[in-house]
Amino acid sequence: MRAQFVFHEVWIGLRRNLTMTVALVVVVAISLSLLGTGLLFVKQVDNTRQFWQSRVQLSVYLCTKSELGGTCAKNGAVTLAEENSIKNELEATHDVASIQFVSQRAAVKQFREEFASDEPIVKYTASSQIPPSFEIRLKNTEADAGPVSSVMDGAPGVSGVIDDASILDQFYRLLDSARNAVVIIAIFLLVAAIMLVANTIRLSAFNRRRETSIMRLVGASNFYVQLPFLMEGLIAGLIGWLVATGLLIGAKSLLLSSLRSVFPVGVQLSTADLIEVIIVAMILGLLICGSTSFLTLRRYLRV
Amino acid sequence: MIHFDNVTKTYTNQGRPALENVNLDVEKGEFVFLVGPSGSGKSTFLRLVLKEERPTSGRIHVAGRDLARLTNWKVPQLRRRIGCVFQDFRLLPNKNVYQNIAFALEVIGKPRRFIRKVVPEVIDLVGLEGKRDRMPDELSGGEQQRVAMARAFVNRPMILLADEPTGNIDPATSIGIMKVLDRINRTGTTVVMATHDAAIVDSMRKRVIELEYGKVVRDQSRGVYGQAY
Repeated sequence: MRAQFVFHEVWIGLRRNLTMTVALVVVVAISLSLLGTGLLFVKQVDNTRQFWQSRVQLSVYLCTKSELGGTCAKNGAVTLAEENSIKNELEATHDVASIQFVSQRAAVKQFREEFASDEPIVKYTASSQIPPSFEIRLKNTEADAGPVSSVMDGAPGVSGVIDDASILDQFYRLLDSARNAVVIIAIFLLVAAIMLVANTIRLSAFNRRRETSIMRLVGASNFYVQLPFLMEGLIAGLIGWLVATGLLIGAKSLLLSSLRSVFPVGVQLSTADLIEVIIVAMILGLLICGSTSFLTLRRYLRV
Repeated sequence: MIHFDNVTKTYTNQGRPALENVNLDVEKGEFVFLVGPSGSGKSTFLRLVLKEERPTSGRIHVAGRDLARLTNWKVPQLRRRIGCVFQDFRLLPNKNVYQNIAFALEVIGKPRRFIRKVVPEVIDLVGLEGKRDRMPDELSGGEQQRVAMARAFVNRPMILLADEPTGNIDPATSIGIMKVLDRINRTGTTVVMATHDAAIVDSMRKRVIELEYGKVVRDQSRGVYGQAY
Protein backbone atom coordinates (compact mmCIF):
# COMPACT_ATOMS: atom_id res chain seq x y z
CA MET A 1 0.00 0.00 0.00
CA ARG A 2 1.25 3.46 -0.87
CA ALA A 3 0.51 5.42 2.28
CA GLN A 4 1.88 8.65 0.83
CA PHE A 5 -0.44 8.41 -2.15
CA VAL A 6 -3.49 7.75 0.01
CA PHE A 7 -2.72 10.66 2.34
CA HIS A 8 -2.15 12.95 -0.60
CA GLU A 9 -5.59 12.04 -1.95
CA VAL A 10 -7.14 12.53 1.50
CA TRP A 11 -5.53 15.95 1.79
CA ILE A 12 -6.84 16.99 -1.63
CA GLY A 13 -10.32 15.79 -0.71
CA LEU A 14 -10.40 17.62 2.61
CA ARG A 15 -9.11 20.81 1.04
CA ARG A 16 -11.54 20.83 -1.87
CA ASN A 17 -14.37 20.30 0.55
CA LEU A 18 -13.11 22.75 3.12
CA THR A 19 -16.42 24.33 4.11
CA MET A 20 -18.13 20.98 4.46
CA THR A 21 -15.19 19.59 6.39
CA VAL A 22 -15.19 22.51 8.81
CA ALA A 23 -18.95 22.20 9.33
CA LEU A 24 -18.52 18.50 9.94
CA VAL A 25 -15.72 19.02 12.45
CA VAL A 26 -17.73 21.63 14.35
CA VAL A 27 -20.88 19.52 14.54
CA VAL A 28 -18.97 16.41 15.55
CA ALA A 29 -17.06 18.38 18.19
CA ILE A 30 -20.17 19.92 19.71
CA SER A 31 -22.25 16.78 19.65
CA LEU A 32 -19.49 14.69 21.17
CA SER A 33 -18.75 17.22 23.89
CA LEU A 34 -22.44 17.53 24.77
CA LEU A 35 -22.77 13.79 24.89
CA GLY A 36 -19.62 13.64 27.00
CA THR A 37 -21.04 16.23 29.36
CA GLY A 38 -24.17 14.11 29.66
CA LEU A 39 -22.03 11.11 30.51
CA LEU A 40 -20.13 13.16 33.07
CA PHE A 41 -23.46 14.08 34.63
CA VAL A 42 -24.40 10.42 34.84
CA LYS A 43 -21.11 9.63 36.50
CA GLN A 44 -21.51 12.55 38.86
CA VAL A 45 -24.96 11.43 39.92
CA ASP A 46 -23.76 7.87 40.42
CA ASN A 47 -20.80 9.01 42.46
CA THR A 48 -22.77 11.28 44.76
CA ARG A 49 -25.57 8.78 45.08
CA GLN A 50 -23.12 6.16 46.25
CA PHE A 51 -21.41 8.59 48.53
CA TRP A 52 -24.60 9.71 50.19
CA GLN A 53 -26.50 6.44 50.22
CA SER A 54 -24.39 5.21 53.11
CA ARG A 55 -24.65 8.51 54.93
CA VAL A 56 -28.30 9.34 54.55
CA GLN A 57 -29.98 9.77 57.88
CA LEU A 58 -32.74 11.50 59.70
CA SER A 59 -31.85 14.27 62.01
CA VAL A 60 -34.13 15.02 64.93
CA TYR A 61 -33.12 18.45 66.14
CA LEU A 62 -33.78 19.28 69.75
CA CYS A 63 -34.73 22.60 71.24
CA THR A 64 -32.27 25.26 72.30
CA LYS A 65 -33.02 28.40 74.28
CA SER A 66 -33.26 30.59 71.20
CA GLU A 67 -35.03 28.06 68.94
CA LEU A 68 -38.67 28.86 68.07
CA GLY A 69 -39.69 25.85 65.96
CA GLY A 70 -41.83 22.90 67.11
CA THR A 71 -42.58 22.86 70.79
CA CYS A 72 -39.51 24.93 71.63
CA ALA A 73 -41.17 28.34 71.95
CA LYS A 74 -43.46 27.02 74.66
CA ASN A 75 -41.07 24.76 76.57
CA GLY A 76 -37.64 26.33 76.11
CA ALA A 77 -34.50 24.29 75.84
CA VAL A 78 -34.74 20.52 75.90
CA THR A 79 -34.40 18.84 79.30
CA LEU A 80 -32.60 15.66 80.15
CA ALA A 81 -35.91 13.89 80.84
CA GLU A 82 -37.23 14.93 77.44
CA GLU A 83 -34.07 13.67 75.81
CA ASN A 84 -34.46 10.28 77.42
CA SER A 85 -38.11 9.92 76.48
CA ILE A 86 -37.34 10.90 72.86
CA LYS A 87 -34.61 8.30 72.81
CA ASN A 88 -36.94 5.62 74.16
CA GLU A 89 -39.61 6.47 71.67
CA LEU A 90 -37.15 6.31 68.78
CA GLU A 91 -35.87 2.94 69.92
CA ALA A 92 -39.41 1.64 69.92
CA THR A 93 -40.05 2.88 66.38
CA HIS A 94 -40.06 0.35 63.58
CA ASP A 95 -37.30 0.60 60.94
CA VAL A 96 -34.73 2.43 63.07
CA ALA A 97 -31.32 0.81 62.77
CA SER A 98 -29.22 3.00 64.99
CA ILE A 99 -29.50 6.13 67.05
CA GLN A 100 -26.66 8.45 67.82
CA PHE A 101 -26.93 11.38 70.15
CA VAL A 102 -24.97 14.47 69.12
CA SER A 103 -24.59 16.73 72.11
CA GLN A 104 -24.56 20.47 71.74
CA ARG A 105 -20.83 20.57 72.34
CA ALA A 106 -20.15 17.96 69.66
CA ALA A 107 -22.47 19.77 67.25
CA VAL A 108 -20.67 23.07 67.83
CA LYS A 109 -17.34 21.39 67.19
CA GLN A 110 -18.59 19.86 63.95
CA PHE A 111 -20.10 23.18 62.88
CA ARG A 112 -16.82 24.99 63.42
CA GLU A 113 -14.95 22.38 61.41
CA GLU A 114 -17.32 22.50 58.47
CA PHE A 115 -17.38 26.27 58.26
CA ALA A 116 -13.73 26.79 59.17
CA SER A 117 -13.18 28.65 55.90
CA ASP A 118 -16.08 31.00 56.58
CA GLU A 119 -14.92 32.93 59.59
CA PRO A 120 -17.77 35.48 60.00
CA ILE A 121 -20.37 32.72 60.25
CA VAL A 122 -18.40 30.96 62.95
CA LYS A 123 -17.75 34.21 64.74
CA TYR A 124 -21.34 35.42 64.86
CA THR A 125 -22.99 32.11 65.62
CA ALA A 126 -23.31 31.57 69.35
CA SER A 127 -22.65 28.07 70.61
CA SER A 128 -26.04 28.11 72.27
CA GLN A 129 -27.73 28.49 68.88
CA ILE A 130 -26.43 25.14 67.62
CA PRO A 131 -28.96 22.46 68.53
CA PRO A 132 -28.13 19.02 69.85
CA SER A 133 -29.68 16.23 67.81
CA PHE A 134 -30.40 12.55 67.41
CA GLU A 135 -28.90 11.20 64.20
CA ILE A 136 -30.97 8.22 63.10
CA ARG A 137 -30.01 5.68 60.49
CA LEU A 138 -32.87 3.68 59.00
CA LYS A 139 -32.65 -0.05 58.40
CA ASN A 140 -33.55 0.43 54.79
CA THR A 141 -31.84 3.54 53.41
CA GLU A 142 -34.39 3.98 50.68
CA ALA A 143 -37.37 3.60 53.01
CA ASP A 144 -39.82 6.35 53.76
CA ALA A 145 -38.95 8.48 56.73
CA GLY A 146 -42.68 8.99 57.46
CA PRO A 147 -43.11 6.83 60.61
CA VAL A 148 -40.24 8.50 62.44
CA SER A 149 -41.32 11.99 61.42
CA SER A 150 -44.88 11.41 62.55
CA VAL A 151 -43.76 10.19 65.97
CA MET A 152 -41.28 12.98 66.47
CA ASP A 153 -43.09 15.99 65.03
CA GLY A 154 -44.51 17.95 67.90
CA ALA A 155 -43.00 15.79 70.62
CA PRO A 156 -41.83 17.85 73.60
CA GLY A 157 -38.26 19.04 73.20
CA VAL A 158 -38.15 18.44 69.43
CA SER A 159 -37.70 21.46 67.18
CA GLY A 160 -37.90 19.61 63.90
CA VAL A 161 -37.11 16.53 61.83
CA ILE A 162 -35.03 16.78 58.73
CA ASP A 163 -34.74 13.96 56.24
CA ASP A 164 -31.43 14.16 54.32
CA ALA A 165 -32.93 12.15 51.50
CA SER A 166 -35.45 14.87 50.68
CA ILE A 167 -32.60 17.34 50.18
CA LEU A 168 -30.70 14.90 48.04
CA ASP A 169 -33.77 14.13 45.94
CA GLN A 170 -33.99 17.73 44.83
CA PHE A 171 -30.34 17.67 43.94
CA TYR A 172 -30.74 14.48 41.94
CA ARG A 173 -33.76 15.82 40.11
CA LEU A 174 -31.76 18.86 39.11
CA LEU A 175 -28.85 16.77 37.86
CA ASP A 176 -31.14 14.32 36.09
CA SER A 177 -33.03 16.94 34.15
CA ALA A 178 -29.84 18.77 33.22
CA ARG A 179 -28.40 15.49 32.00
CA ASN A 180 -31.51 14.62 30.00
CA ALA A 181 -31.54 17.99 28.28
CA VAL A 182 -27.89 17.72 27.35
CA VAL A 183 -28.22 14.16 26.05
CA ILE A 184 -31.28 14.98 23.94
CA ILE A 185 -29.50 17.91 22.29
CA ALA A 186 -26.48 15.70 21.75
CA ILE A 187 -28.58 13.05 20.02
CA PHE A 188 -30.10 15.61 17.65
CA LEU A 189 -26.63 16.89 16.85
CA LEU A 190 -25.32 13.39 16.27
CA VAL A 191 -28.09 12.80 13.74
CA ALA A 192 -27.06 16.05 12.07
CA ALA A 193 -23.45 14.87 12.14
CA ILE A 194 -24.40 11.60 10.43
CA MET A 195 -26.18 13.47 7.65
CA LEU A 196 -23.25 15.86 7.29
CA VAL A 197 -20.80 12.99 6.99
CA ALA A 198 -22.96 11.42 4.29
CA ASN A 199 -23.19 14.72 2.45
CA THR A 200 -19.49 15.45 2.70
CA ILE A 201 -18.59 12.06 1.31
CA ARG A 202 -21.12 12.44 -1.46
CA LEU A 203 -19.72 15.83 -2.46
CA SER A 204 -16.23 14.47 -2.26
CA ALA A 205 -17.13 11.51 -4.45
CA PHE A 206 -18.71 13.88 -6.94
CA ASN A 207 -15.66 16.19 -6.94
CA ARG A 208 -13.40 13.30 -7.67
CA ARG A 209 -15.56 11.29 -10.04
CA ARG A 210 -12.89 11.55 -12.79
CA GLU A 211 -10.21 10.14 -10.56
CA THR A 212 -12.36 7.36 -9.22
CA SER A 213 -13.64 6.37 -12.64
CA ILE A 214 -10.06 6.05 -13.87
CA MET A 215 -9.05 4.19 -10.75
CA ARG A 216 -11.79 1.66 -11.35
CA LEU A 217 -10.87 1.39 -15.00
CA VAL A 218 -7.22 0.59 -14.40
CA GLY A 219 -8.13 -1.96 -11.75
CA ALA A 220 -7.55 -0.22 -8.44
CA SER A 221 -8.98 -2.38 -5.67
CA ASN A 222 -12.07 -1.21 -3.83
CA PHE A 223 -9.83 -0.61 -0.87
CA TYR A 224 -7.72 1.86 -2.83
CA VAL A 225 -10.70 3.61 -4.36
CA GLN A 226 -12.60 3.93 -1.10
CA LEU A 227 -9.86 4.41 1.46
CA PRO A 228 -9.26 8.12 0.77
CA PHE A 229 -12.96 8.83 1.29
CA LEU A 230 -13.16 6.69 4.39
CA MET A 231 -10.08 8.42 5.77
CA GLU A 232 -11.63 11.79 5.01
CA GLY A 233 -14.63 10.95 7.19
CA LEU A 234 -12.45 9.46 9.90
CA ILE A 235 -10.00 12.36 9.99
CA ALA A 236 -12.84 14.88 10.24
CA GLY A 237 -14.27 12.75 13.06
CA LEU A 238 -10.89 12.61 14.75
CA ILE A 239 -10.37 16.36 14.62
CA GLY A 240 -13.91 16.85 15.93
CA TRP A 241 -13.12 14.48 18.75
CA LEU A 242 -9.92 16.36 19.63
CA VAL A 243 -11.87 19.61 19.86
CA ALA A 244 -14.52 17.83 21.93
CA THR A 245 -11.80 16.56 24.27
CA GLY A 246 -10.68 20.12 24.91
CA LEU A 247 -14.26 21.22 25.51
CA LEU A 248 -14.86 18.30 27.87
CA ILE A 249 -11.80 19.07 29.96
CA GLY A 250 -13.11 22.62 30.25
CA ALA A 251 -16.63 21.37 31.00
CA LYS A 252 -15.37 19.10 33.74
CA SER A 253 -13.68 21.85 35.72
CA LEU A 254 -16.61 24.21 35.12
CA LEU A 255 -19.17 21.58 36.08
CA LEU A 256 -17.24 20.65 39.18
CA SER A 257 -16.70 24.13 40.46
CA SER A 258 -20.32 25.14 39.91
CA LEU A 259 -21.57 21.98 41.59
CA ARG A 260 -19.16 22.44 44.48
CA SER A 261 -20.56 25.87 45.16
CA VAL A 262 -24.08 24.43 45.39
CA PHE A 263 -23.26 21.22 47.13
CA PRO A 264 -20.01 21.38 49.02
CA VAL A 265 -19.37 17.81 50.09
CA GLY A 266 -19.09 14.56 48.19
CA VAL A 267 -18.96 16.00 44.71
CA GLN A 268 -16.12 14.31 42.93
CA LEU A 269 -15.19 13.56 39.37
CA SER A 270 -11.88 11.84 38.99
CA THR A 271 -9.58 12.21 36.00
CA ALA A 272 -10.23 8.54 35.34
CA ASP A 273 -13.93 9.30 34.86
CA LEU A 274 -13.04 12.07 32.43
CA ILE A 275 -10.66 9.83 30.46
CA GLU A 276 -13.31 7.14 30.29
CA VAL A 277 -15.84 9.62 28.89
CA ILE A 278 -13.30 10.95 26.38
CA ILE A 279 -12.53 7.43 25.18
CA VAL A 280 -16.23 6.67 24.81
CA ALA A 281 -16.60 9.89 22.81
CA MET A 282 -13.70 8.89 20.56
CA ILE A 283 -15.09 5.44 19.86
CA LEU A 284 -18.52 6.88 19.17
CA GLY A 285 -17.17 9.66 16.95
CA LEU A 286 -14.99 7.36 14.86
CA LEU A 287 -17.73 4.76 14.67
CA ILE A 288 -20.30 7.24 13.46
CA CYS A 289 -18.02 8.94 10.94
CA GLY A 290 -16.44 5.71 9.76
CA SER A 291 -19.59 3.68 9.34
CA THR A 292 -21.51 6.52 7.70
CA SER A 293 -18.64 7.13 5.26
CA PHE A 294 -18.49 3.45 4.50
CA LEU A 295 -22.22 3.10 3.90
CA THR A 296 -22.31 6.25 1.75
CA LEU A 297 -19.37 4.99 -0.28
CA ARG A 298 -21.11 1.75 -1.00
CA ARG A 299 -23.88 3.76 -2.59
CA TYR A 300 -21.80 6.18 -4.62
CA LEU A 301 -18.69 4.24 -5.52
CA ARG A 302 -19.87 0.91 -6.80
CA VAL A 303 -17.45 -1.11 -8.87
CA MET B 1 -8.32 -14.25 -25.08
CA ILE B 2 -11.91 -13.01 -25.41
CA HIS B 3 -14.59 -15.63 -25.82
CA PHE B 4 -18.32 -14.87 -26.17
CA ASP B 5 -20.62 -17.86 -26.05
CA ASN B 6 -24.17 -17.08 -27.15
CA VAL B 7 -24.20 -13.79 -25.24
CA THR B 8 -27.35 -11.69 -25.03
CA LYS B 9 -27.56 -8.41 -23.17
CA THR B 10 -30.85 -6.65 -22.66
CA TYR B 11 -30.87 -3.44 -20.67
CA THR B 12 -33.80 -3.00 -18.34
CA ASN B 13 -36.55 -0.78 -19.76
CA GLN B 14 -35.46 -1.54 -23.30
CA GLY B 15 -37.23 -3.96 -25.59
CA ARG B 16 -34.59 -4.82 -28.14
CA PRO B 17 -31.44 -6.49 -26.82
CA ALA B 18 -28.25 -4.45 -27.14
CA LEU B 19 -26.46 -7.67 -28.03
CA GLU B 20 -28.21 -10.82 -29.20
CA ASN B 21 -26.77 -14.34 -29.36
CA VAL B 22 -23.23 -13.16 -30.00
CA ASN B 23 -20.63 -15.87 -30.51
CA LEU B 24 -17.05 -14.87 -31.14
CA ASP B 25 -13.45 -15.55 -30.27
CA VAL B 26 -10.57 -13.15 -30.22
CA GLU B 27 -7.19 -14.87 -30.00
CA LYS B 28 -4.13 -13.69 -28.17
CA GLY B 29 -2.21 -11.06 -30.12
CA GLU B 30 -5.01 -10.34 -32.58
CA PHE B 31 -5.97 -6.88 -33.81
CA VAL B 32 -9.72 -6.60 -34.25
CA PHE B 33 -11.90 -3.77 -35.56
CA LEU B 34 -15.42 -3.63 -34.20
CA VAL B 35 -17.56 -1.71 -36.67
CA GLY B 36 -21.21 -0.87 -37.00
CA PRO B 37 -23.56 2.09 -36.71
CA SER B 38 -24.25 3.84 -33.41
CA GLY B 39 -26.41 1.68 -31.17
CA SER B 40 -25.26 -1.52 -32.83
CA GLY B 41 -23.80 -2.83 -29.56
CA LYS B 42 -20.10 -1.98 -29.85
CA SER B 43 -19.93 -0.17 -26.52
CA THR B 44 -22.00 -2.86 -24.82
CA PHE B 45 -19.49 -5.40 -26.06
CA LEU B 46 -16.60 -3.47 -24.52
CA ARG B 47 -18.49 -2.95 -21.25
CA LEU B 48 -19.20 -6.67 -21.02
CA VAL B 49 -15.50 -7.48 -21.48
CA LEU B 50 -14.67 -5.12 -18.59
CA LYS B 51 -17.45 -6.60 -16.48
CA GLU B 52 -19.03 -3.20 -16.12
CA GLU B 53 -22.19 -4.97 -17.22
CA ARG B 54 -23.26 -8.59 -16.91
CA PRO B 55 -24.81 -10.47 -19.78
CA THR B 56 -28.50 -11.34 -19.57
CA SER B 57 -27.59 -14.79 -20.82
CA GLY B 58 -24.59 -16.59 -22.24
CA ARG B 59 -21.01 -16.95 -21.06
CA ILE B 60 -18.03 -14.66 -21.40
CA HIS B 61 -14.41 -15.65 -20.87
CA VAL B 62 -11.74 -12.97 -20.75
CA ALA B 63 -8.04 -13.75 -20.27
CA GLY B 64 -8.92 -17.28 -19.23
CA ARG B 65 -11.50 -16.25 -16.62
CA ASP B 66 -15.18 -17.01 -16.62
CA LEU B 67 -16.69 -13.60 -15.88
CA ALA B 68 -19.86 -15.10 -14.40
CA ARG B 69 -17.76 -16.79 -11.74
CA LEU B 70 -15.56 -13.78 -11.06
CA THR B 71 -16.50 -12.29 -7.70
CA ASN B 72 -16.89 -8.53 -7.43
CA TRP B 73 -13.76 -8.06 -5.42
CA LYS B 74 -11.74 -9.84 -8.08
CA VAL B 75 -12.98 -7.59 -10.88
CA PRO B 76 -10.08 -5.12 -10.30
CA GLN B 77 -7.61 -7.92 -11.03
CA LEU B 78 -9.34 -8.54 -14.34
CA ARG B 79 -9.21 -4.85 -15.19
CA ARG B 80 -5.49 -4.71 -14.52
CA ARG B 81 -5.07 -7.03 -17.48
CA ILE B 82 -7.16 -4.80 -19.75
CA GLY B 83 -6.20 -1.33 -20.90
CA CYS B 84 -8.83 1.15 -22.06
CA VAL B 85 -8.74 4.11 -24.40
CA PHE B 86 -11.72 6.35 -25.10
CA GLN B 87 -12.82 8.93 -27.60
CA ASP B 88 -12.73 11.66 -24.93
CA PHE B 89 -9.24 10.71 -23.58
CA ARG B 90 -10.32 10.92 -19.90
CA LEU B 91 -7.11 12.47 -18.63
CA LEU B 92 -6.93 14.16 -15.24
CA PRO B 93 -6.72 17.90 -16.00
CA ASN B 94 -4.72 18.76 -12.89
CA LYS B 95 -1.94 16.25 -13.51
CA ASN B 96 0.79 16.47 -16.12
CA VAL B 97 1.65 13.77 -18.67
CA TYR B 98 3.96 11.88 -16.36
CA GLN B 99 1.56 12.09 -13.39
CA ASN B 100 -1.41 10.99 -15.46
CA ILE B 101 0.41 7.85 -16.53
CA ALA B 102 1.94 7.22 -13.10
CA PHE B 103 -1.52 7.56 -11.50
CA ALA B 104 -2.59 4.28 -13.15
CA LEU B 105 0.27 2.49 -11.41
CA GLU B 106 0.04 4.33 -8.10
CA VAL B 107 -3.57 3.32 -7.57
CA ILE B 108 -2.78 -0.35 -8.01
CA GLY B 109 -0.02 -0.05 -5.44
CA LYS B 110 3.06 -0.37 -7.65
CA PRO B 111 6.32 0.66 -5.96
CA ARG B 112 7.74 4.07 -6.72
CA ARG B 113 10.96 2.68 -8.16
CA PHE B 114 9.03 0.61 -10.68
CA ILE B 115 6.93 3.62 -11.69
CA ARG B 116 10.01 5.79 -12.23
CA LYS B 117 11.41 3.15 -14.52
CA VAL B 118 8.43 2.21 -16.69
CA VAL B 119 6.63 5.53 -17.15
CA PRO B 120 9.46 7.16 -19.21
CA GLU B 121 9.66 3.98 -21.30
CA VAL B 122 6.01 4.11 -22.20
CA ILE B 123 6.19 7.87 -22.86
CA ASP B 124 8.85 7.08 -25.46
CA LEU B 125 6.76 4.25 -26.89
CA VAL B 126 3.81 6.53 -27.66
CA GLY B 127 6.11 9.23 -29.04
CA LEU B 128 5.81 11.94 -26.39
CA GLU B 129 9.51 12.34 -25.60
CA GLY B 130 10.20 15.70 -24.02
CA LYS B 131 6.56 16.39 -23.14
CA ARG B 132 6.35 14.61 -19.81
CA ASP B 133 5.77 17.83 -17.85
CA ARG B 134 3.02 19.23 -20.09
CA MET B 135 -0.51 19.56 -18.72
CA PRO B 136 -3.33 18.02 -20.78
CA ASP B 137 -4.65 21.42 -21.88
CA GLU B 138 -1.23 22.20 -23.34
CA LEU B 139 -1.42 19.21 -25.66
CA SER B 140 -3.17 18.65 -28.98
CA GLY B 141 -5.97 16.08 -29.23
CA GLY B 142 -3.63 13.57 -30.81
CA GLU B 143 -1.06 14.06 -28.06
CA GLN B 144 -3.72 13.70 -25.37
CA GLN B 145 -4.82 10.43 -26.91
CA ARG B 146 -1.20 9.27 -26.86
CA VAL B 147 -1.08 9.99 -23.14
CA ALA B 148 -4.28 8.00 -22.70
CA MET B 149 -2.76 5.11 -24.63
CA ALA B 150 0.39 5.27 -22.56
CA ARG B 151 -1.74 5.13 -19.42
CA ALA B 152 -3.69 2.17 -20.76
CA PHE B 153 -0.53 0.31 -21.74
CA VAL B 154 1.84 1.17 -18.90
CA ASN B 155 0.84 -1.87 -16.86
CA ARG B 156 1.38 -4.14 -19.89
CA PRO B 157 -2.19 -5.40 -20.20
CA MET B 158 -3.02 -8.52 -22.18
CA ILE B 159 -5.88 -6.75 -23.92
CA LEU B 160 -6.28 -3.15 -25.04
CA LEU B 161 -9.83 -1.94 -25.66
CA ALA B 162 -10.15 1.23 -27.70
CA ASP B 163 -13.56 2.86 -28.03
CA GLU B 164 -13.39 5.15 -31.08
CA PRO B 165 -9.92 6.40 -30.20
CA THR B 166 -9.74 8.53 -33.35
CA GLY B 167 -13.26 9.90 -33.02
CA ASN B 168 -12.11 13.38 -31.92
CA ILE B 169 -8.96 13.52 -34.01
CA ASP B 170 -8.31 14.67 -37.56
CA PRO B 171 -7.38 12.01 -40.13
CA ALA B 172 -3.71 12.97 -40.40
CA THR B 173 -3.18 12.69 -36.65
CA SER B 174 -5.23 9.48 -36.55
CA ILE B 175 -2.55 7.72 -38.59
CA GLY B 176 -0.06 8.41 -35.81
CA ILE B 177 -2.51 7.04 -33.24
CA MET B 178 -2.99 3.89 -35.30
CA LYS B 179 0.78 3.45 -35.54
CA VAL B 180 0.98 3.50 -31.76
CA LEU B 181 -1.84 0.97 -31.49
CA ASP B 182 -0.06 -1.21 -34.04
CA ARG B 183 3.16 -0.93 -32.05
CA ILE B 184 1.31 -1.97 -28.91
CA ASN B 185 -0.26 -4.87 -30.79
CA ARG B 186 3.18 -6.03 -31.91
CA THR B 187 4.24 -6.48 -28.29
CA GLY B 188 1.71 -9.32 -28.15
CA THR B 189 -1.18 -7.32 -26.71
CA THR B 190 -4.59 -8.14 -28.11
CA VAL B 191 -6.24 -4.96 -29.43
CA VAL B 192 -9.98 -4.52 -29.91
CA MET B 193 -10.93 -1.19 -31.46
CA ALA B 194 -14.47 0.02 -31.97
CA THR B 195 -14.58 2.61 -34.73
CA HIS B 196 -16.55 4.45 -37.38
CA ASP B 197 -13.46 5.42 -39.33
CA ALA B 198 -13.70 3.59 -42.66
CA ALA B 199 -10.40 4.91 -43.97
CA ILE B 200 -8.47 3.50 -41.05
CA VAL B 201 -10.15 0.12 -41.19
CA ASP B 202 -9.57 -0.15 -44.90
CA SER B 203 -5.92 0.81 -44.65
CA MET B 204 -5.03 -1.52 -41.79
CA ARG B 205 -6.45 -4.70 -43.30
CA LYS B 206 -7.07 -6.41 -40.00
CA ARG B 207 -9.87 -8.63 -38.78
CA VAL B 208 -13.24 -6.82 -38.91
CA ILE B 209 -16.30 -7.75 -36.87
CA GLU B 210 -19.44 -5.89 -37.88
CA LEU B 211 -22.39 -5.52 -35.53
CA GLU B 212 -25.87 -4.47 -36.52
CA TYR B 213 -28.82 -4.29 -34.14
CA GLY B 214 -26.82 -6.28 -31.62
CA LYS B 215 -25.95 -9.15 -33.95
CA VAL B 216 -22.71 -10.10 -35.61
CA VAL B 217 -23.39 -9.69 -39.31
CA ARG B 218 -19.83 -10.07 -40.56
CA ASP B 219 -16.59 -11.48 -39.20
CA GLN B 220 -13.80 -11.26 -41.69
CA SER B 221 -10.05 -11.55 -41.41
CA ARG B 222 -8.18 -8.84 -43.33
CA GLY B 223 -11.49 -7.04 -43.91
CA VAL B 224 -12.55 -3.55 -44.90
CA TYR B 225 -15.09 -1.17 -43.36
CA GLY B 226 -17.82 -1.33 -46.00
CA GLN B 227 -19.78 -4.43 -46.84
CA ALA B 228 -17.60 -6.74 -48.95
CA TYR B 229 -19.70 -8.54 -51.53
